[in-house]
Amino acid sequence: MRVALFVTCVNDTLFPRTGRAVVRLLERLGVEVDFPPAQTCCGQPQYNSGYRHQAEPLVRRHAAAFDGYDHVVTPSASCAAMVRDNHPRIGARAAAEGRGRALADAAAASLPRTYELTEFLVDVLGVTDVGAYYPHTVTYHPTCHGLRVLGLGDRPRRLLEHVGGLVLRELEGAEECCGFGGTFAVRNAAVSAAMGADKARRIRATGAGAVCMVDNSCLMHIGGTLARLGSPVRPVHIAEILASTEEDVR
Amino acid sequence: MSGTYLGMPSFPRAAAAATRDGTLRGNLRHATHTIRDKRARAVAELADWPRLRAAAAAIKERTLRHLDHYLVQTEAAVTAAGGTVHWAADAAEANRIVTRLVRATGETEVLKVKSMTTQEIGLNEALGRAGITACETDLAELIVQLGEDRPSHILVPAIHRNRAEIRDIFRARMADWGRPAPDGLGDNPTELAEAARLHLREKFLRAKVAISGANFMVAETGTLVVVESEGNGRMCLTLPETLISVVGIEKVVPTWRDLGVFLQLLPRSSTAERMNPYTSMWTGTAETAETAETAETAETAAEARAAAEARAAAEARPGARAGTRTGTETRAEAGARAGGADGPRAFHLVLLDNGRTDTLADTVGRQALRCIRCSACLNVCPVYERAGGHAYGSPYPGPIGAILTPQLRGTESELDASLPFASSLCGACYEVCPVAIDIPEVLVHLRERVAEGGIVTRGGKKAVIRPARGHAAERAAMRAARWTLDHPAALRTAQRIASRTRRLHPRRLPGPGRAWTGTRALPEVPPESFRDWWARTRGQGSPE
Ligand code: SF4
Repeated sequence: MRVALFVTCVNDTLFPRTGRAVVRLLERLGVEVDFPPAQTCCGQPQYNSGYRHQAEPLVRRHAAAFDGYDHVVTPSASCAAMVRDNHPRIGARAAAEGRGRALADAAAASLPRTYELTEFLVDVLGVTDVGAYYPHTVTYHPTCHGLRVLGLGDRPRRLLEHVGGLVLRELEGAEECCGFGGTFAVRNAAVSAAMGADKARRIRATGAGAVCMVDNSCLMHIGGTLARLGSPVRPVHIAEILASTEEDVR
Repeated sequence: MSGTYLGMPSFPRAAAAATRDGTLRGNLRHATHTIRDKRARAVAELADWPRLRAAAAAIKERTLRHLDHYLVQTEAAVTAAGGTVHWAADAAEANRIVTRLVRATGETEVLKVKSMTTQEIGLNEALGRAGITACETDLAELIVQLGEDRPSHILVPAIHRNRAEIRDIFRARMADWGRPAPDGLGDNPTELAEAARLHLREKFLRAKVAISGANFMVAETGTLVVVESEGNGRMCLTLPETLISVVGIEKVVPTWRDLGVFLQLLPRSSTAERMNPYTSMWTGTAETAETAETAETAETAAEARAAAEARAAAEARPGARAGTRTGTETRAEAGARAGGADGPRAFHLVLLDNGRTDTLADTVGRQALRCIRCSACLNVCPVYERAGGHAYGSPYPGPIGAILTPQLRGTESELDASLPFASSLCGACYEVCPVAIDIPEVLVHLRERVAEGGIVTRGGKKAVIRPARGHAAERAAMRAARWTLDHPAALRTAQRIASRTRRLHPRRLPGPGRAWTGTRALPEVPPESFRDWWARTRGQGSPE
């Protein structure tokens, strides 16, 4: 099986560890991973800030970059949600504005093959035990787009429950937004910070040594808040936990 | 909308102030979390909730598509039942009509049934300018009115107040409006409710004119429906001689069968009740009800049949009646029971547009008109919980306010232009909405209107609007970012520069970035991007 890794622009630039962890994990599970270098960004920052037209070339580029692969895997729930939910929407709007069906067709072609990492593991590979070992107490925050747009459900939890040595701690109010929301964090900084502070407080109350998510952008916001509060709780992307093995620990 | 909100600061500034108010945050947090948990339990009782929700969305969509037809049908039915229908294009016209109608009765005091629509048009203020006092009868609205405050929640307008604050308001202000607060009034809920009851009872017995909105209008019979918990609305709807109802044109549903769907969705979504305690329905005037009793006209036969159908639909749901008092009856039935007709001798329906047909013209935004004002989206919204209702600068706060207000009012003011951005797009509002309004989709759509401008419908005509002020720098940044992202080689260069200068990056940013680093640490730029790692270890060439 040949899958294309859509690493996302944020991970590419700021969190390359997450991309490397996905590669390590998938290859350990016998998957051949490719990285189409023409990929950049799914256009989520543009689209969600109200610059739909600026997102259009990125939709086109994304579809072309991943053309021909059986599966596209991404370690970002919000980018997977963008491709699946909003790329077709952007294509349809372009068509409605009388600019032809090309964009809509391109968007439609790439969406059924795009999976968020935990979806790909559970639904396509059919595994919940990926042979990982991570001897830490961890709490899990389900990010909004994974929870509500993709409907990831308990997939991430099922994967975490099978990780050797890992102790999972319940997070109060887990389903509440952490307050990142892209440009919302800057534009409505006070509300965003209040939401982040509440999330950080509840994470600390779990007593876990690490908090894990399926999205590095939320992780960046929560991790940054925890760091500013001087908290020792480490933010970790789920891919890095699932990629860890006993050798890494030794 | 109401002039009361003119000159309010934009959402971020108002919200920032609210987040610093500990009492407000405590009051809001407690109230919204209690109701959201109860709602979840009430909804979970119905196995077919998703189907009901889809049915409600479909009914509203279909009705909105043929709104002209259903409104004309409503007008005919109301007129046949002895009512008078008035059409108001905007707030000013609606206020003029209502003022004229009240003046014609010679009264200077009117009772109000809790109504969002009359708040939207600033009716109380308009009547006040004409020398007419409008007294709110809903408990929470009364608190807001006595406190010279603004409502901050659709369902619980005084949600931002706690008991001690309410007691102080009653003590200080009740005497100015009628019966004063009892001596030594305490702050327990029973005492407060009793004080309000005594104060209001005098008004109910004296009032000749009442003004209401409506939750629904049934086109086939011209019946108006008000759903409430306290029963004060029903007092206003039955006691006075003249009843004036101001209703947004989107409130129409075609048939009683359709109404059955909404009467299941609304109480569970709003108050987490299986059925709300009072559902009042009225059709036309008492005179026609009287004739109906003796003459059995076609209209009332249809009405009785429809009422029976609605009841059957309500009863068909398991648990629909269990544990609740329901007060569903039509005026004809009530009249028959009492051995004579009750209700108003004169009934006026003011159908309000005020930006609704313009909203209808927008294919993405029009779904906001499906809203049944249940307030479920407010109660789950993490932004509303911290910012409070006043920051939205409109009687419609929270997620629905953020999409409805800028459509009804336009995005010209700084406040209205800031509302579509008052969300982290977490999607909790969409998930709970009983009529499946995709609020995040509309928010993003309206952000586009603010950031890029575009074509809108205003006053029935197409107009091209320019981007709102203050977005030029952002627009330039978005363009530059897009160019880089559309050229992977440029992206790679930018990443390499960032990596090479990583030791020089400041820990706190100036300018707009300060908002980020004020409360959060910045992530460190890694020494090597993923792209470069892949090329180095996998030996693949560059994308160029
Ligand atoms: S938008 Fe939906 S959830 Fe919000 S008040 Fe309206 S009907 Fe209720």
